[in-house]
Amino acid sequence: MSDKSGQAYWRANLKLIMLCLAVWFVVSYLFGILLVDQLNAISIGGYQLGFWFAQQGSIYTFVVLIFFYAWRMNKLDRHFDVHED
Amino acid sequence: MDLQTMTYLVVGATFALYIGIAIWSRAGTTGEFYVAGAGVHPVANGMATAADWMSAASFISMAGLIAFLGYDASVYLMGWTGGYVLLALLLAPYLRKFGKFTVPEFVGDRFYSKGARLVAVICLIVASITYVIGQMKGVGVAFGRFLEVDFEVGVMVGMAIVFVYAVLGGMKGITYTQIAQYCVLIFAYTVPAVFISLNLTGNPVPQIGLGSTMSDGSGVLLLDKLDQVVTDLGFAAYTAQKGSTLNMFLLTLSLMIGTAGLPHVIIRFFTVPKVADARTSAGWALVFIAILYTTAPAVGAMARLNLIETIQTGPVGEETANIQMSDVPDWMNNWKTTGLLDWEDKNGDGRIQYYNDGNAEFAAKAESFGWTGNEMTKVDRDIMVLANPEIANLPNWVIALVAAGGLAAALSTAAGLLLAISSAISHDLLKGMIAPDISEKKELLASRIAMAGAILVAGYLGMNPPGFAAQVVALAFGLAASSIFPVLMMGIFNKNMNREGAIVGMLAGLLSTLIYIFWFKGWFFIPETNMAPNTADHWFLGISPEAFGAVGALINFVVAWAVSKVTAAPPENIQHLVEDIRVPKGASAAVEH
Repeated sequence: MSDKSGQAYWRANLKLIMLCLAVWFVVSYLFGILLVDQLNAISIGGYQLGFWFAQQGSIYTFVVLIFFYAWRMNKLDRHFDVHED
Repeated sequence: MDLQTMTYLVVGATFALYIGIAIWSRAGTTGEFYVAGAGVHPVANGMATAADWMSAASFISMAGLIAFLGYDASVYLMGWTGGYVLLALLLAPYLRKFGKFTVPEFVGDRFYSKGARLVAVICLIVASITYVIGQMKGVGVAFGRFLEVDFEVGVMVGMAIVFVYAVLGGMKGITYTQIAQYCVLIFAYTVPAVFISLNLTGNPVPQIGLGSTMSDGSGVLLLDKLDQVVTDLGFAAYTAQKGSTLNMFLLTLSLMIGTAGLPHVIIRFFTVPKVADARTSAGWALVFIAILYTTAPAVGAMARLNLIETIQTGPVGEETANIQMSDVPDWMNNWKTTGLLDWEDKNGDGRIQYYNDGNAEFAAKAESFGWTGNEMTKVDRDIMVLANPEIANLPNWVIALVAAGGLAAALSTAAGLLLAISSAISHDLLKGMIAPDISEKKELLASRIAMAGAILVAGYLGMNPPGFAAQVVALAFGLAASSIFPVLMMGIFNKNMNREGAIVGMLAGLLSTLIYIFWFKGWFFIPETNMAPNTADHWFLGISPEAFGAVGALINFVVAWAVSKVTAAPPENIQHLVEDIRVPKGASAAVEH
């Protein structure tokens, strides 16, 4: 990442957003709704996996995703020298 | 000490705390009134956002909704949490960088148009007013059930409390009371949940208890047992899907983008010092929300199991396996007097049968048992949270705490909504359009008057709820999803989006969603004026009115994009503005205005 322009910063941000939203989509819409029957054949603890994603797992993943994004963005902000103070 | 005194004591103590905070955190400037001086720590803001977001419905009704819908209620769990990912990634940091006071202000500046700002103000006020009615009702109901005062008196006491801290302290007062309210409500929610989980599974963590084996020595998993028990009585399996997949998908999406587009949530992120704080603060908000939202499925499932096993004490069909009318536990009698629970001995056998009498396949079986219909004639879903402490035999102080928690949830959400409404009136309408030269002192006074007015209107509507009060949540989320979320997102992510595109897009999203909702629920919710019955067979592709917000948002995006292609590009200074909000640097300078 030698290109330190504003455009490169924005591209890197968009890439990160797309990655996070892909995970967001997979855990909720894919695992929790579209593939729920298939995943319910597998069990995790005492939960059926699809049901667990729909009522527990997706929410935990959302929390982790936001902190992951914040952590990566702080690094990007510093790398491109656009951070505050 | 008797329950009544205990409840007055606990609720009184929490109210004294809120008033104390109000006096300590008075607002001296418009900056403090609108955004708490942008000096709230991200963790504190996360906690305040959680209280702001979790309403009377989240606290009182959601677990009951899950108890009766089972897997299908996952749409609410995912929809009302996944929106925070969108907020953190797509909106909050950029709007914080923009550094102004209200959501319509961003729309007006970014699309260089007072018209666009006005459309945003209208969407905001309609969405927020419809939402606040439910909170005021929640306050009245909580007072009525726990303190045995009249509904109207309850609403008035609630109004008076909000009045003190919201008018005095604005966003600053609201923020710190919301933090206190979060602590009260989460404690009140989790304590009964821990005990009920311990009771049934021996595991004190409800999130793990829900996936554990029963502690009765049978070695059966709780969820398997629940599936078994409900299907034995002719109900659909708890963990099985009942609704259509397309509708679940779109409803989840509508709730997510609606959540991200609700102005009273967005403005909470204007209160943190830095752009980086806005990102982490959204994460903290979701942590605090997730504590309740991951507990709720356990409360719902366990309360449903407890309720059924209280009534059906042995194998289905055996004569002595149903509870005798004279043996029902005290909590059932207590809640019968409130009208939330009721039963009737239809077949005159002196016992209660609770089963699904709408299930044709089960009917023959029921007949052979001598059952002549479901005898639990009323099981209000709110009972699942409200009666929880009594079902688990918890001491009186826990019951008192649940009352205080319900009130905290309703009051904190009401205050956040009222601030969004009053700042739209004093800052967007008055300062932004009618009297731009108004001094800060006068604007601060105007914002206090607008707040007082908004409280009166909300209180009046809470006491005299329009007949459609129950329907309007769909409207609030539909509006936020189809108009506010897309316009904000395009304002940030599409540098070429112009005034014409934004306005026509907002109107297209708004109108298509409104028409779809009114089509099935009646024009302006007036009964009998609907154009088609509100059932899945008549919905377009099986999409329910509640789930249409996502389609409205798509219409908004497409129309805005098409219109912007054939009209003039935005002026150069606007394109610079967009470039500026995309980088965090210089955020502290932007707030001085």
